[in-house]
Amino acid sequence: MRHIISVLLENESGALSRVAGLFSARGYNIESLTVAPTHDATLSRMTIVTTGDDRKIDQIEKHLYKLIDVAALQDITIAGHLEREIVLVKVKVEPNQIETLQQIAKGFNCSLSQVNEQLFIIEMSGSCEKVDELLNSLNDGEIIEVARSGAIGICSGESALSIPA
Amino acid sequence: MQLTGADIVVKSLKEEGVKHVFGYPGGAALHIYDAFHRQDDVEHILVRHEQGATHAADGYARSTGQAGVVLVTSGPGITNAITGIATAYMDSIPMVVLSGQVMKPLIGYDAFQEIDAVGISRPCVKHNFLIQNVEDIASTIKKAFHIATTGRPGPVLVDIPKDITADVAEFIYPEALEMRSFLPPRKAENSEILTAVEAILNAKKPVVYTGGGIVLADAQKPLAEFVHKLGFPCTNTLMGLGGFPHSDPQYIGMLGMHGTYEANMAMHDADLIIALGARFDDRVTGTLGNFAPDAKVIHVDIDPSVIDKNIKADIPVVADVKEVLNAFNNELQRREKDINPELIGDWWAQIKQWQSLDSLWYQHSDEVIKPQYVVQKLHEVTGGEAFVTSDVGQHQMFAAQFYGFSDTHKWINSGGLGTMGFGLPAAMGVKVAHRDADVACVTGEGSIQMCIQELATCRQYDLPVKVINLNNRYLGMVRQWQEFTYEKRYSNSYMDSLPDFVALAEAYGHVGMLIEKPADVEGALKEAFAMKDRLVFMDFITDREENVYPMIEAGKGHHEMRMRPGSKTLA
Repeated sequence: MRHIISVLLENESGALSRVAGLFSARGYNIESLTVAPTHDATLSRMTIVTTGDDRKIDQIEKHLYKLIDVAALQDITIAGHLEREIVLVKVKVEPNQIETLQQIAKGFNCSLSQVNEQLFIIEMSGSCEKVDELLNSLNDGEIIEVARSGAIGICSGESALSIPA
Repeated sequence: MQLTGADIVVKSLKEEGVKHVFGYPGGAALHIYDAFHRQDDVEHILVRHEQGATHAADGYARSTGQAGVVLVTSGPGITNAITGIATAYMDSIPMVVLSGQVMKPLIGYDAFQEIDAVGISRPCVKHNFLIQNVEDIASTIKKAFHIATTGRPGPVLVDIPKDITADVAEFIYPEALEMRSFLPPRKAENSEILTAVEAILNAKKPVVYTGGGIVLADAQKPLAEFVHKLGFPCTNTLMGLGGFPHSDPQYIGMLGMHGTYEANMAMHDADLIIALGARFDDRVTGTLGNFAPDAKVIHVDIDPSVIDKNIKADIPVVADVKEVLNAFNNELQRREKDINPELIGDWWAQIKQWQSLDSLWYQHSDEVIKPQYVVQKLHEVTGGEAFVTSDVGQHQMFAAQFYGFSDTHKWINSGGLGTMGFGLPAAMGVKVAHRDADVACVTGEGSIQMCIQELATCRQYDLPVKVINLNNRYLGMVRQWQEFTYEKRYSNSYMDSLPDFVALAEAYGHVGMLIEKPADVEGALKEAFAMKDRLVFMDFITDREENVYPMIEAGKGHHEMRMRPGSKTLA
C-alpha cells in the first residue's frame, strides 16, 4: 500500500542523506521525497511517499524515528489528509493544436504560459493522481520535459505534526 | 578560560571522565596530539593500526560498560577505523570516535588525506557530526557521549577539521543537554507488565531467551531473580553469555546455530518465549518459517525497531530491560501464590531428556589436542573468572560453548559483524581497564594475523594478555562449511607458510610457547597464567579437522540440528 510519511527533521547538514541512506541500506522504496524548511528555520519538513505492507511501513517508521535528526513523524495516509504535487510540463504543439491545449489546461485548472510560437509551459498543482491524469491527457509526443515536485501533504483534521512537548 | 580547539577536545574528554584514548596520529589530528602532550589526565595508547584502536576501545567498553574512546586522523585514519566502528555498531557498544579532518577551506577539494568521514561512516554509526566552529566542540563532544551511552548504545563519530582545532574559544563544558530530537528511552506501561506476567504465569512450556541487552543494561541480578522465582529454563545468545550463570541448573546453554540441542529444541517447542534484550538474529532463529511454531512471544527491548523486525511479538515491551525485569519481579512477588511449578513439570522432564544427549560431547584424544579441551582447561586454570575475548570462527564457538561464563562483561566477541582481528586488540583494551585481571584472547592462526601488529602495543604499554592460539592450519569454520556443503572442496581455506608464532611472539618481546600434546595443555596454561607480567603467546597445535557441533545448517530450523557423528540419540 502507498503511504505518505511526514517527517520533522533537524535542519542540519547531512540530515537528508541519513534518511536517503536508511531507505537504500534497508531496501525500502521511495516513490518521492521532498524537503524544505518550515516556519521554524531550525526544522525541515520532509514528505516521503513509499510503498509496503504494514510490517514494512512499521519498520520504516521505527527506523526513521531512530535517526537522531528526526524530531517527529506521522503517517498521514491513515488520517484524512490533503496531498499536493506541483508539476511543470513543457509541451510542443502545432498551431492547430493550441486550442486543444488551452482546453486541457482549463479542464485541469492549470496555468499556461507561452515560450514561443510552439512551446508552452503548463503548471498545475493537485494530487499525484491528478498530475498523472494531466500527463496522460497530453499527447506523449508533444511533451518536451516534465518536472514534478513529489507529493507534500498535511493532515486535513485538527492534528498537526509537531515536536513532542 | 580561552583555549584552542585542540585543548577543548582533550578537556572535554576529561570532563566526560575519560581515562584512556586509543589512537594513531596523523596530519589532521596533530593539534589534538599536541594538546595531549600538554596534560596527563587522559592517557593516549598508541596502537599500530587504527582498526586496533577501535577494537581496543570496544573491548574497553564491553568490559567496563563505559564508552570507549578513539582518536584517529583523516583519510586512511578513519577508513581503517571503519571496521571497528561497524563491529561496535552491530553489537550496540558505546564508543566515541574523534577523527581529524582536513582544514575547512580544503573540504570538498580532494585534499591530501581527505575523505568524507561523516558519509563513509553513516551506515555504521548511531550518529555522527562534522564540527564547523570551535565554539561547538565542547557541546558536540557532550552530545556524542550522551548519544553513545543512552538508550541502545552505539558508536558516535565526531569529525573535526584541523583549522578549528587551532582556533581559540572560551571553554565552557555544558552541564546539561537539551536535544529535542533525541529523547530518553520509553518506560514500560503497567498494563504491559501485567499482560506479560499473566502470560508468564500461564505458560506450560516457557523459555527465557536473553541477549546482549542483559549485559548492556547490567540486568543479571534481576534476571537471576526472575528466572529463579519462576523455575523457568534460560538460554543465552552468543552476545548474552554470562547474563545467566552457566553453572545454574536452570541454564540450558547457548542457543542458535551452534547452541545446545536442548536450548534450540526448547525454543522450537515452547509455548512462550520471553525474549529479553535480544533481537532474534538469523543465527539464533534458523529459518523463520520453522521458528517456534506454537510460541507466544514476549519481546522486551529498548529499541522499538527490533520489535516485529524478524519475529512478530505478541506482547512487546519497549523499555530498559533491567527496569522491566524489576517490574516483572515486583508483580511476581505480589502474585507469588499464582506461581505453579507443577505447570512446567512435564516441560522440564522433556528438557532433561534433550539434555541427556550431551550435545556438546566430543571425543577426547591423547594424541592430538582437541580445541574444546584447551578451552575447558582454560576455564579451570583461570577459575572461570578471566575476561575472554575471541576472534571469529571455530575457536569463537568453542570458547562460547566450553568456557562457561558466570558474569556479564567477561565474554567479549564480535557477534554481529563477525570481525576477524577483533580478539587481540579487544583483549588489549580490556587489560588497559583491568590491569589486575586475567585476560585471555582465544583465537586461531587465521584471525590472529589480521591484527597481530598489536603485539607491539601490548609491549609498549605493558599489557600482559594471554593469547590462546588454536592453530589447526585451516580457516576452520570456512573449511567446516566446505566439508558440509561443498563436498570437501577446500577452496582457499588453507594457509601455507604460517609464521613460527613462538619466534614471532619473541620478536615482539613476549614469551612464546608451542604446545603439541594434550598432556601438556594444562601445565602450559598454568605456567603462562603464572607469568603475571608477561604476554604469553600460546600456540596450540590442534586437531586439523575438528568441527563445531551441534549445528543448525542453512535453511534448517531449531528442531533439525546436525549432531556430532557418534553422539547419543534419543531412544
